[in-house]
Amino acid sequence: MGRYILRRLLQMIPTLLAVAALIFLIFSVLPGSFAGTMTGGGRRALSPELVAQINAQFGLDKPLPVRFWDYLVRLAQFDLGTSFRTREPVVDLIAARIWPSLQLALSAMALAVTVGIPLGFLAAMRPGSLLDSITMIGAVSGLSMPQFWLGLLLMYVFALQLGWLPSFGYGDGRLRNLILPAIALGFAPLALLARTTRAGVLEVMGSDHIRTAMAKGTSPAQMIRWHVLRNVMVLIVTTLGLQIGSLLGQALVIEKLFSWPGLGSLMVDSVAIRDIPVVQGTILVIVLWFLVINVLVDVIYAVIDPRISLR
Amino acid sequence: MSGPLLDIRGLTIGIPNRSGPPVQIVRDLSFDILPGEIFGLVGESGSGKSASALALMGLNRRPLTTLRGQALYGGQDLLAMSRRSMRKLRGDRISMIFQEPMSALNPLARIGRQIAEMFVLHRGLSWSEAGPKAVEALAAVQVPDPEGRARAYPHQLSGGLRQRVMIAMAMACGPDLLIADEPTTALDVTVQAEVLRLIRGLCERQGTAVLLISHDLGVIAQMCQRVGVMANGRLLELRDAKALFTDPRHPYTQGLLAALPRLGSRATEGRHRLADLDMAIDRDAPDFAATYLCPRGEAA
Repeated sequence: MGRYILRRLLQMIPTLLAVAALIFLIFSVLPGSFAGTMTGGGRRALSPELVAQINAQFGLDKPLPVRFWDYLVRLAQFDLGTSFRTREPVVDLIAARIWPSLQLALSAMALAVTVGIPLGFLAAMRPGSLLDSITMIGAVSGLSMPQFWLGLLLMYVFALQLGWLPSFGYGDGRLRNLILPAIALGFAPLALLARTTRAGVLEVMGSDHIRTAMAKGTSPAQMIRWHVLRNVMVLIVTTLGLQIGSLLGQALVIEKLFSWPGLGSLMVDSVAIRDIPVVQGTILVIVLWFLVINVLVDVIYAVIDPRISLR
Repeated sequence: MSGPLLDIRGLTIGIPNRSGPPVQIVRDLSFDILPGEIFGLVGESGSGKSASALALMGLNRRPLTTLRGQALYGGQDLLAMSRRSMRKLRGDRISMIFQEPMSALNPLARIGRQIAEMFVLHRGLSWSEAGPKAVEALAAVQVPDPEGRARAYPHQLSGGLRQRVMIAMAMACGPDLLIADEPTTALDVTVQAEVLRLIRGLCERQGTAVLLISHDLGVIAQMCQRVGVMANGRLLELRDAKALFTDPRHPYTQGLLAALPRLGSRATEGRHRLADLDMAIDRDAPDFAATYLCPRGEAA
């Protein structure tokens, strides 16, 4: 198990390198530069000499392969570089934003798990019932509704009309501020989990070993506890992992909408001003999160399903 | 001998149909099973054998529904029982094993635990008390290294071993009746014989009656005291096993037995082929509709 995890962690390195190279390439073909987004007072563009001077200061005048090599050398020392704008180390900037980001992503996921999985279970217990129909209609709308629209709707109803909750901001990490963005972010994974759970439960309930369990004389509650729960978990753990993994990246729209000081909004702001080191840093962290969650899912998989062995 | 263990009267199973009468899968099936007897139910696939067996356990899945009939067990009608009292009987007094040992066990639970369930459910034991009993049950079905196998998962066992596990589970509480639905069909021939011997041995020792369902006339002939022949959802012939095999009355049974291959004979040498059976027998003819249901204890 330990060897397996170590190998999987080492396998992340090429993936991260590829991601880093891709970001480098994209920014090299993208029009605009950090100096180009600056204005000297008023609305005048900077003079060409000044632009060249700024570019030279950040090493942007060097050829792309050289810059990439320099970047990799620093990356190997866990140095993500320095922000063009604030001149602070990117690591510090990310460290300041990562907690709000995780807070938002994990609360969204907690909501999706605690509501979505039971809902899918109940729907599967009574297929075709009113609860089932409502859940599945809700799930389809949840999956097809754009996040930002749901966010705006929540803001309008609960902040503007009812005035129960603040409409934006981190509020020094108060729970009141977390609720609306967490719901907006968690609704789609909730819907997906409800659907996957329902399908999983129906699949397990239709299998032969459930007939055996009934022939043994188990009550419905015993059957679910002994022969359904774990088997359903095997079927939904992949979906669950993919959702948790991609949530950090998905959060950027919601973070911008609710002015949430997370990685997503940091990344969007930095893209706008071509603050390349910050963009690279945030994307790497988001990708790393995804990869780590993936390894975790595979390990959990092997723990709950004895047919899978990690090698 | 006292009365029958299970008396099935007029069992009719079908699929309810909103516009019209239900489609009947099993029609007016009646037979009884004596205590400790091995009763065979033979017939082609689709003849309604399994549906009848599952109906007795109350385990048919929708849309299959028991439409009419009684199954009297100790004065109670299994078909009219509350779910709760049926659950008490299932596994304890009447247990069942299935055709597919590969999928009939929960793939994520250890063998020992799945057997131990029987003692927790029906004997009120705790899991820690039930564990050693499960190992004993595995030893009783001649599983080598029962302690080790109790800790194994189903995928680590062969098909034959898994069927033994199913038998251990079904026999754990010493039931009055074991319903064995094609218990050896999925196994290869050498394992088949062992499993059948095991079922017969255990049931004789515990005084358990068996309802053995098979399409394999060889298995039926080897195991059963009395045999019912089913086709098209009806019981065509019900006889002592010896009488049935030496002197079949119903044209369907006659055709079925005539189609049995003999060692050393060629398919063309005077014997019928099973493929011809369908054509040779007119299922709409009046003599097909006739039934030969002999009382118990007829002369061979």
